[in-house]
Amino acid sequence: MECITASSVIRNSTVYRNGEVVFTTGAGAPAEFLLSVYQFLNLQYPKFYKMDSLSRLGWIASEVLLGEGWDRAAYKPEEVAIVLANASSSLDTDYKYIATTKDIPSPSVFVYTLPNIVMGEICIRNNFKGENAFFLSESFDAGLIWQYVSLLLGGGIARACIAGWVELLGEDYTAALFLVEQNSSSGAPIFSPENMNRIFNASTTGHAD
Amino acid sequence: MTDVFVAADNIVSPLGMTTAQNFDQLKAGRSGVSRHERPELSSQPFYGALFQPDSFPLKIYTKFEQLVQASVREALQASDILPGDPRTIFILCSTKGNIHLLDEDAHTHRDRLSLPGSAASLARHFQFAQTPIVISNACISGLLGMITGLRLIRAGLYENAVVAGADVLSGFILSGFGSFQALSAGFCKPFDKDRDGINLGEGAATVVLSSRPEYRQGIRLSGGAVSNDANHISGPSRTGEELRQVIGRSLSDARCDAGDIGFISAHGTATAYNDEMEAKAITLAGLQDVPVNSLKGYYGHTLGAAGLIESIVTLASMREELVLPSRGFEHNGVTTPLNVASSLLHVPLNTCLKTASGFGGCNAAVVLSK
Repeated sequence: MECITASSVIRNSTVYRNGEVVFTTGAGAPAEFLLSVYQFLNLQYPKFYKMDSLSRLGWIASEVLLGEGWDRAAYKPEEVAIVLANASSSLDTDYKYIATTKDIPSPSVFVYTLPNIVMGEICIRNNFKGENAFFLSESFDAGLIWQYVSLLLGGGIARACIAGWVELLGEDYTAALFLVEQNSSSGAPIFSPENMNRIFNASTTGHAD
Repeated sequence: MTDVFVAADNIVSPLGMTTAQNFDQLKAGRSGVSRHERPELSSQPFYGALFQPDSFPLKIYTKFEQLVQASVREALQASDILPGDPRTIFILCSTKGNIHLLDEDAHTHRDRLSLPGSAASLARHFQFAQTPIVISNACISGLLGMITGLRLIRAGLYENAVVAGADVLSGFILSGFGSFQALSAGFCKPFDKDRDGINLGEGAATVVLSSRPEYRQGIRLSGGAVSNDANHISGPSRTGEELRQVIGRSLSDARCDAGDIGFISAHGTATAYNDEMEAKAITLAGLQDVPVNSLKGYYGHTLGAAGLIESIVTLASMREELVLPSRGFEHNGVTTPLNVASSLLHVPLNTCLKTASGFGGCNAAVVLSK
């Protein structure tokens, strides 16, 4: 049976891991907030500074998700999949890229004008070489993600999957990632749309569980 | 396992509005790529495959949406599949959707910058019963759409999938590839020793996939897989190992092996690094002697539509048992030479492979079988 063996949520200037607050700070712009999380977690990864805001958000969420206790050696690189979704694609960086074209178009900004780049960043960091898919939907659609990830895991196409939502546009951002594996740790919630929604929504009410 | 058939297909491109029109042009050796002076798109002249200016003026629907509509409409008409059937899913694939609106400083249609919003309006237009699935995964988007449709139908979740892909060539995209120094100064030359970059293109394409028995005479989408290089966000793998991996997984998914493959439709963007990586991967997969072509010399790189357009041309090639020459190729320019088709080849084509790779390190492959 597939379970959610870890989760991370980043929203409202707060970082949660498995429902518990890892870090919180006063309200701030996403760039400022994400840098403060990076520094607080003492992450040492120079590529972080090259990333756009969407990639920074998703990458930090993946670091929090996979941070401690995950037996990554249990998987070959091609057995780990990433399935993400958001509403605004890379629009935040699209606007920033368009602004550079008034002067000299910036290749280092242009490369981030695709939403799936965040998956590439997570793959590079962790040497994940399995399946990728990036979906767009108007709001977090746990049913779609559950359906597709279930096909990958149930069909033997992947053995573990990092799945979820990484959305950022202007001042608004939300990341919610789920590590989905065959039942390996007792007590982990079953991988279901209901449990994904429960974890996704818990942080909005302040009642993290 | 449930077999999944191609029930109908369509290509809308500068070469024609149907698959048949497109394939006739290709067989006659005509390319959609030409030199353009379009100040509204680029301050420099460029080579690309574009529709005539103003052929899809902004009305209720954007150019991107009109391309999707033209392609989906024709494909649906050629099948008996109904959008309103709850067993039919609409899958829309694009890298940039309506981002061309940003070029125009258009103050209308701002809500359509959201691809899910655009997809919802297209779904309402065709009266699809189900909420569409939208895929944006760089230049593998079209193949990933087909693979998603294949997996959903095999799992019995749907009976039919209408998979459409489209991208519009905008100033945004031209300037971006230009900033990477990735654009060719002339006609692109995939796999050639003098290749110097890509031509960009625009278009839309649709495949209608179905498990319904009345389509059993058609070609099957028999396998597919996706991988990531985990190497670099804008440069391909140095070894080609990860593309080889998806080729291998696609073949096993299709229950065939390298010896069954009669033709490969490669990604072949004509950049130095992409073609070199692909040649390595195809060689590692033991497919270096199989006839291969790239269609970028005819269509340019149509981004989110490319995987679909090139898969559909492969379907037409299989029906007519005809491999098209790889336009722009004269002299081998990769370290592991491939069997690049340099003239029209009449060969039996029972099982074919289509590959693609994209920014973010993504790779995909599908297998098409008679």
